[in-house]
Amino acid sequence: MQVNGEFKPLIVAFCCNWCSYAGADLAGNNRLNYPAEVKIIRVPCSCRVNPTFILRAFQRGADGVILCGCHPGDCHYTSGNYYTRRRMAMLFSMLDYLGIERERTRVEWVSAAEGAKFAATMNDFVAQVTALGENKRLEDLRCKK
Amino acid sequence: MQKVTASQLIDRAAALLSDGSVSAVLGWKQGEFDYDITPAVFADEQALRDAFVWNDFCGANFSKYLLKATKKVDGKVLVFLKPCDTYSFNQLLTEHRFDRDKVYAIGIPCEGMADIDKVKAQSGDGIVSIACGETIQVTTLYNDAPVSVELADVLEERCANCKSKKHVAYDELLGDEGDVLDSARFDEVAQLEAMTPDERFAFWQEHLSRCIRCNACRDVCPACTCEKCVFDNPASGVENKAPANEFEEKMFHIIRAFHVAGRCTDCGECSRVCPQNIPLHLLNRKFIKDMNDNYGEYQAGAEVGSRAPLVDFTLDDPEAADVLDRRG
Ligand code: SF4
Ligand code: SF4
Ligand code: FES
Repeated sequence: MQVNGEFKPLIVAFCCNWCSYAGADLAGNNRLNYPAEVKIIRVPCSCRVNPTFILRAFQRGADGVILCGCHPGDCHYTSGNYYTRRRMAMLFSMLDYLGIERERTRVEWVSAAEGAKFAATMNDFVAQVTALGENKRLEDLRCKK
Repeated sequence: MQKVTASQLIDRAAALLSDGSVSAVLGWKQGEFDYDITPAVFADEQALRDAFVWNDFCGANFSKYLLKATKKVDGKVLVFLKPCDTYSFNQLLTEHRFDRDKVYAIGIPCEGMADIDKVKAQSGDGIVSIACGETIQVTTLYNDAPVSVELADVLEERCANCKSKKHVAYDELLGDEGDVLDSARFDEVAQLEAMTPDERFAFWQEHLSRCIRCNACRDVCPACTCEKCVFDNPASGVENKAPANEFEEKMFHIIRAFHVAGRCTDCGECSRVCPQNIPLHLLNRKFIKDMNDNYGEYQAGAEVGSRAPLVDFTLDDPEAADVLDRRG
């Protein structure tokens, strides 16, 4: 999205309810800054995220998609994030294989106590995607405003 | 030329039908053209003698046909399985898709199947008839004498890169058993990986933009056996219709390949049936290669009951970023 001639990426962040979403909350409570371009979607567990969700986020105009969950070993449902880890590794590798910039996707483990890490991660990811520019390779022009 | 003959198969099937061990036979019969061989169910010896075919164009993998055949037929179904088909057979058993007790499986050796496009490249168009023997004899409208084509020169891609001549499931074996081969099937994936992202993007753009969404690749796939498929759901965003734009092309292909990841036996049926010659095997093999590299060697269908990599994990699997970095 162009705002006053400047590119502002749209970032979708899937955050699991039990750790990362609470981590985002903590970042807010502690008044830590992270860019407003990050749109958080709360999911019960990182493992709820089906590869289609990621593709659909890109389709609807996301320039980057990040998936946050509990640290391995800490998933509220014991093992959800271990499945997430394999699934996303395979999906992101496939996107890369199709020539879609790997910097547009990321998985990060953020606990409920890591408000600072949440904010730092988002700042870093937004900077990374801003440097890449607009998502052109997985866009759906019908969804462009 | 195939090592077992059609008459050997017919005789064995007829014997099993007449002693009542089986009540139907899944086999190949001729379609519109000599090279257009289609699957068929034979209920008696006469039908077998009239129409059963076994030659260099019998590519169809019957594993998936067992789902319906075992439900429709009372008694056992006799099925002929080439080595690669037996992997699909096991994979379907792993997923409890048909009743093993209702099947009598005969393993048959395979010398590879012919790709009609490659045959045409040698013989020219206008094929009137094809006879498979020592070599493939192609009679066309435009050549006075039949053109003789060597099977080895016109193999389907999956046969040229065959992963195994060994049967992993059967009740009875006709002919000799082969070995699991040291195949070069991942070489092309590695070549693509070595390209720049821009080159890869252009490569896939060129191929995927040809897709007409006929869904033949899904329909033929022995790993795609869901009764309600996401592609039939209008709310999924990837329903059955020609892709409206580049996004939909990619969406379909990523989802299709992902849904069979870990369960795809690399039987090659999808690439064989694609009317647009899209190299679907390069998507499937990418997942297989990545899973092998990161989670340990795994061949879907090699054993019944094995656990596919994407429904399994270990505590120290690599992170997504590491998987990408490893390859550079
Ligand atoms: S068989 Fe080929 S053309 Fe048909 S949907 Fe599959 S990839 Fe597309
Ligand atoms: S995806 Fe293709 S190669 Fe894999 S099991 Fe299905 S038809 Fe066979
Ligand atoms: S609940 Fe947080 S990853 Fe499963």
